[in-house]
Amino acid sequence: MRTIFFIIQKEFIQIFRNKTMLPMIFVMPVFQMLVLLYAATLDMKNINLYVVDKDLSETSRQLISKFEGSPYYFITGFSFSVADGETDLKKEKADVILHITSGFEKDLVNGEKGDVQILINAINGVKAGLINAYTLNIINQFSLGKQQDGMLKSGSAALGGFDIRYRFWFNQDLNFKHYMLPGILVILVTIMGLLLSSLSLVREKELGTIEQINVTPIKKYQFLFGKLVPFWVIALFELAFGLTLGRLLFDLPIRGNLLLLFGFSSVYLMVVIGIGLFFSTITETQQQVMFLYFFFNIVFTMMSGLFTPAESMPDWAQIANHVNPLYYFMRVIRMILLKGSGFQDVAKEFYSLVVYAVIILSLAVWRYRKTV
Amino acid sequence: MKSYTGFIKKEFLHIFRDKRTMLILFGIPIAQILIFGYVIKNEIKDIPIGILDQSNDQMTREITTKIISSGYFKLKRNLQSPNEIEDLMKQGDVKEVIVFESGFSKKIKNEGSASIEIITDASEPNTANLLVNYTRGILIDYVQKNQQQINTQFVIEPKVRMVYNEGMKDVFMFVPGTMAMILILISAMMTSISIAREKELGTLEVLMVSPIKPVQIITGKVIPYILLSFIIAVIIILMGYFVFGLPVRGSLALLLAESFLYITMALSMGILISTVSKSQQVAMFISLFALLLPTILLSGFIYPIENMPWILQIIANLMPPKWFIIIIKNIMIKGEGLALVWKETLILIGMTLFFLLIAVKKFKTRLE
Repeated sequence: MRTIFFIIQKEFIQIFRNKTMLPMIFVMPVFQMLVLLYAATLDMKNINLYVVDKDLSETSRQLISKFEGSPYYFITGFSFSVADGETDLKKEKADVILHITSGFEKDLVNGEKGDVQILINAINGVKAGLINAYTLNIINQFSLGKQQDGMLKSGSAALGGFDIRYRFWFNQDLNFKHYMLPGILVILVTIMGLLLSSLSLVREKELGTIEQINVTPIKKYQFLFGKLVPFWVIALFELAFGLTLGRLLFDLPIRGNLLLLFGFSSVYLMVVIGIGLFFSTITETQQQVMFLYFFFNIVFTMMSGLFTPAESMPDWAQIANHVNPLYYFMRVIRMILLKGSGFQDVAKEFYSLVVYAVIILSLAVWRYRKTV
Repeated sequence: MKSYTGFIKKEFLHIFRDKRTMLILFGIPIAQILIFGYVIKNEIKDIPIGILDQSNDQMTREITTKIISSGYFKLKRNLQSPNEIEDLMKQGDVKEVIVFESGFSKKIKNEGSASIEIITDASEPNTANLLVNYTRGILIDYVQKNQQQINTQFVIEPKVRMVYNEGMKDVFMFVPGTMAMILILISAMMTSISIAREKELGTLEVLMVSPIKPVQIITGKVIPYILLSFIIAVIIILMGYFVFGLPVRGSLALLLAESFLYITMALSMGILISTVSKSQQVAMFISLFALLLPTILLSGFIYPIENMPWILQIIANLMPPKWFIIIIKNIMIKGEGLALVWKETLILIGMTLFFLLIAVKKFKTRLE
């Protein structure tokens, strides 16, 4: 036990005398929150709309004024030529063209379908999908409104009497930042745990100091445990720091039990630090471990459901996600923070991670060689 | 000259004998494009929902069937009481619950109105928004098909065309993005780390006392990475073409020339970073924070730059990847020539010269 204590002490001294470490611990979360959070937004606003109105009727003007009135749209151009609009689309001055054909009003009044064409720059598929939804929504609202006006006159009820109500639970204002913040915290503690722990071990390998450890009677598990604890503490501290920042700066809701969150995070960190230590047992240089980290980080993060829900991924990806620690944590941290889920809601994920931690840590100890 | 070729050969050996790093370098772009192409999807499909049908009459059953058979939703649970909703949502098993009030069709007939409540789990705001829109669309469709008295006036049928990317494939955005990212990763990050490594291990001193000139040291370091970056850029373009059918509509030669310009720019940044960092870790973190994160976040390849606050938009303008992505997007997808991208090209050339100038100035031939 005393041995482990001394190794931990050595690690802490090494970490804190390294001048890049302290800024890493304190500057990175601030930087990530400010930049990532503001950059990583899929809140659509300022959709640049180009209007081609060939009908120039009362109805077409009303429809256009709906777009003018919407906070999401900004009308950048207006002409009678679709070709002009397409030029703007090409130059990215416009994101979407609304083309109202002539005879639009006449068709509508006569009970024929009104012809409206929407051209969306779809190079960014995600953005195009959102623009599409927003635009169709405005047109539908408009069309429904007109129908209701007509029906009020004829005395029949609107929408066949369907009174549709919406309720957005857990995030009434659809605040995208509240969705992203927990995800950013996950990335933050993962960098701390995985990258730093693996770098620290491999650095000793590269500089040769590990041989000095190897000739001592320190046991394999003691040494790895000594490497694990400091980064575990730092990452948990980082989580607390990040949560505080999120709470103060962005009013991040903390609906669930903090103790549960930290308990879950502790197990999660065991897993990622375990992976980090395992990585460092199979690499020789910091460059290698860096790129290995990089590869897994990209794959794990993208599949974890950071910006698209993991449920809409194909089946094989959802199965593959069972070995993705970020997937569990991404899901659970959002559940605890945003929905206030309790232990029984996250029990399955919790036990999965416990098993994961045991496996990966034993693997790291087994793979670590004291001999050269 | 012979010593110079020998030096370049040494650099090649350094890089290519490290099989693990090689594997990862080729693995990253391939994995990333495959994941973006097949996994990351924003489409709504088979979303688990719950239905609380308090009236269970013919009309609500018809609506339920219509919703379930739409392909967007799958019924996870039939709820019995409103109290179950909260627990179900907290478990995260359903994303949406649709509540029909009791006596639904009777109310429609007698009172002319009955309510449907759509409750969504908005902890994922964009998904919630899309779900509500889809559900609403199905309901409106039901009403329009089943109620004859509905007014046929003012039915607008919007025809949507997705320009440049009919299938709305995400790959169209991610291939340029991946290229911008991976070229920075290899060119800037690997170069800076490898020079910093020679510093850390002390082998740079050996090189400096040798008759090789500093310019030769730098170019020798850089040449293998240019080659490597180029091969990977070509692999990415080929993958986009053969796996996802992403066309190169514009001139291939121009595309390769622009990639070459971008690689040169990234390498000069790499050299600059290595001159200011003493150890590999420092070089790594500078590359990570000054290059890679901004490349991923501020280049517009995942998140549209227009939505960012103005200060980030300004920072994004200083980021080379933004310009590179605009260039390849224009050439590959829109099929444009230099006429549309000359401004961006000039910006990249300017940045390259700027970084190169500082790097050469900063490169010390002596130890402190």
